[in-house]
Amino acid sequence: MSVEIKTAEITPIRQTYGHTKRRFGDKPATRYQEASFDIQPTTNFHYRPMFDEHHELYDTGYTALVMEDWYAFSDPRQFYYGAWVAARAKLQENTESSFAFFEKRGLGARLNDDVRRLLTRCLLPLRHAEMGANMNNVGIAANAYGTTLSQAHMYHGMDRLAVAQYLSRIGLLIDESPGALLAEAKTLWMEEAAWQGVRRYVEDSLVVEDWAELSLAQNLIFDGLLYPFLLESLDARLMEIDGGDIAILTDFMGDWFKDGSRFIDALFKTLAGESEANRVQLTRWVAHWRSRAVEALTPVAIDADIELDAALAVLDKRLAKLGLLETH
Amino acid sequence: MNAKTSKRLNMKERYRIMTRDLGWEPSYQRYEDIFPQEGFEGIKITDWDQWEDPFRLTMDNYWKFQAEKERKLYAIFDAVSQNNGQMKISDPRYLNAVKLFITAVTPLEYNAYKGYARVGRQFGGVGARIACQMQSIDELRHTQTQIHAMSHYNKYFGGMHDFPHMFDRVWYLSVPKSFFEDASTAGPFEFLTAISFSFEYVLTNLLFLPFMSGAAYNGDMNTVTFGFSAQSDEARHMTLGLEIIKFILEQHEDNVPIVQQWLDKWLWRGYRLLSIVGMMMDYMLPNKVMSWAEAWTMYYEEAGGALFKELERYGIRPPKYADQTVIGKDHVSHQAWFIFYQYGHATAFNTWVPTAQEMDWLSEKYPDTFDRLYRPRFELLAEKAARGERFYNDALPQLCQVCQIPLAITEPDDDTLLSHRDTVHDGERYHFCSDGCRDIFHHEPEKYVQAWLPVHQILQGNCGGADMEKVIGDYYRIEMGEDNLDFEGSAEQRRWAAWKQAV
Repeated sequence: MSVEIKTAEITPIRQTYGHTKRRFGDKPATRYQEASFDIQPTTNFHYRPMFDEHHELYDTGYTALVMEDWYAFSDPRQFYYGAWVAARAKLQENTESSFAFFEKRGLGARLNDDVRRLLTRCLLPLRHAEMGANMNNVGIAANAYGTTLSQAHMYHGMDRLAVAQYLSRIGLLIDESPGALLAEAKTLWMEEAAWQGVRRYVEDSLVVEDWAELSLAQNLIFDGLLYPFLLESLDARLMEIDGGDIAILTDFMGDWFKDGSRFIDALFKTLAGESEANRVQLTRWVAHWRSRAVEALTPVAIDADIELDAALAVLDKRLAKLGLLETH
Repeated sequence: MNAKTSKRLNMKERYRIMTRDLGWEPSYQRYEDIFPQEGFEGIKITDWDQWEDPFRLTMDNYWKFQAEKERKLYAIFDAVSQNNGQMKISDPRYLNAVKLFITAVTPLEYNAYKGYARVGRQFGGVGARIACQMQSIDELRHTQTQIHAMSHYNKYFGGMHDFPHMFDRVWYLSVPKSFFEDASTAGPFEFLTAISFSFEYVLTNLLFLPFMSGAAYNGDMNTVTFGFSAQSDEARHMTLGLEIIKFILEQHEDNVPIVQQWLDKWLWRGYRLLSIVGMMMDYMLPNKVMSWAEAWTMYYEEAGGALFKELERYGIRPPKYADQTVIGKDHVSHQAWFIFYQYGHATAFNTWVPTAQEMDWLSEKYPDTFDRLYRPRFELLAEKAARGERFYNDALPQLCQVCQIPLAITEPDDDTLLSHRDTVHDGERYHFCSDGCRDIFHHEPEKYVQAWLPVHQILQGNCGGADMEKVIGDYYRIEMGEDNLDFEGSAEQRRWAAWKQAV
């Protein structure tokens, strides 16, 4: 049996907005579709930017890649603001209860010095790298053409600020005098030889002008190597020295990385799939940034007594799947 | 939150660790290469550490609060869709305010999202960067929740269906478009002065609130719920507006004249843009909230006056031509509605002559001007319409080179004479509506000569040719007889009457 509530029937005169209809057909649209496709201004711009007279305010020329339709990219997560913030609130709630659990059990005090030292030397300096990732993704959101591309990078950028903040909280939580380990980690970031490759990589990425190259250098290559390194190799090393409890605090990074990778894979699949010229350009960038990322992270891995190979294998498998790894 | 550590670290220190302590002094790349836009406007920043964070919100809390607000907001949208919520609206003429909103304001929210993303990357100070980034995603939120709020109305009413297309092309939408693009193409400090301070801090009660209050008074559940949901975002944006201005002024005395010139420019730019809000309040809302003149007195003259008094200690004086806005408040809404009425065949909403009752309200609110100047005009238009000679103007108007409003606004000292200024630059003559707009041009002629003026573009054949019906129908995508013309006898009016029978 079904219960039927009667409401007055009023026939709509259209199903969705005109631009949405032209793209997806004359039928009710999803919230992602209505909020994301074809809403960026495209023409009749009044003034050239004072800071860049070679471009229009919104310009496809902020990358060397060419797309017939910049809305060919669609976020597999279908994140518009409301969907993103709901998903992240859930992540936040889970993470909050993990942190509370860690604290309630007094697990921070039980950590041995080797664990604390490894985290300080290997994990905490990354909060600065995450700030760089935040800046890069927000900058891409400003320059990338079309709302689907722009907004996904914006969410990704704010996610990175959150990661940096959670890493800071981990630093406070495992510290007997809160703030001291973070200060030590910042000194490592600024001065320690093992970290200078990563810091140089991040600073060099901050001056990359082509947003697609930047997204590749940051989101595909650097993160694609760093996160498997943290989530698999560092985690295993922590287990060996009796620091497995830390996984309670870093677990969210695994969930976040998996979720973000869906977007990044779809992005580069779309960009590379458009044309041979795009694929060649992307492959060239991959060759350049992949070797730089390996070079940058190797001393950090050596310092922590961890092999980088396993993480590199994960990255290479991903790149091969995207058809972006040079095989000669 | 970590209770043990928060005992030892106060909130301010903890927030510092979560934000500006994440930054560092670069050494592999130069500061000015990482932040290339920070210097070119001539603003001197001696120490970003002096920046006072206007709100202390970490991402975990941001997600939590915002998700809760979104959940409640979308529950209302769903309820309105399920229950024919559009039929609870006071009078179908009200929907024309919504059409104006989604075509003229929602795209500005999008531009704000992009602009704050740029500045949120470009500022060297971490605290300022993060504040801008949060505003950026808020602005994206507003764009998208507005699209979703109006999605249901779009299914039943005209004029909303092609808002992004129209925003880029339709003649009167070049007023908001050029306004925002002016800010977006400026440097980061001018952008924040223009949008965060002049617009969001000084004028927000004259843009945002009239639309939201109008919605509340006229049974528009979706828009008013959006308004309430966005209120706490707006409050955050206002605190950023005040902080940026104080920060720039405190950093270096050389910043004062630059900021003063921006305040002069952006008050005048904002005031001209708000003509359409004045007209909406006085003419388009069936249930009125307050008059435009009352709103200007309360929110600009009184609140803004106190604010500029406070800024005096930095060497800032009230914006130039502020006195002209006070004279203009009794005229601008009437003159704007008359412009739209006569070009009502080229608008994506209906226009009409106010009813006798509405004219009495206008007489009461505008005792010095309405009966003397505007009532006779509207009564004549009503008579002509009753005879079947509804007046449409087929001549294209001269537009102001800066604000892009037709030159149909009167002189500050003579309300029977249209105000018209001009200047010659590089052998070309340019026309302006006012001294304010001409000053803005003179300060940056190389910028304003680039303006995409809709009338010039039509006459040059860039909008689909010489046939105005084609310009309106094909180039603008305004559906003749569906989206435009007088409300009396419109498709909108007919459908509403039929639907009212059904519910």
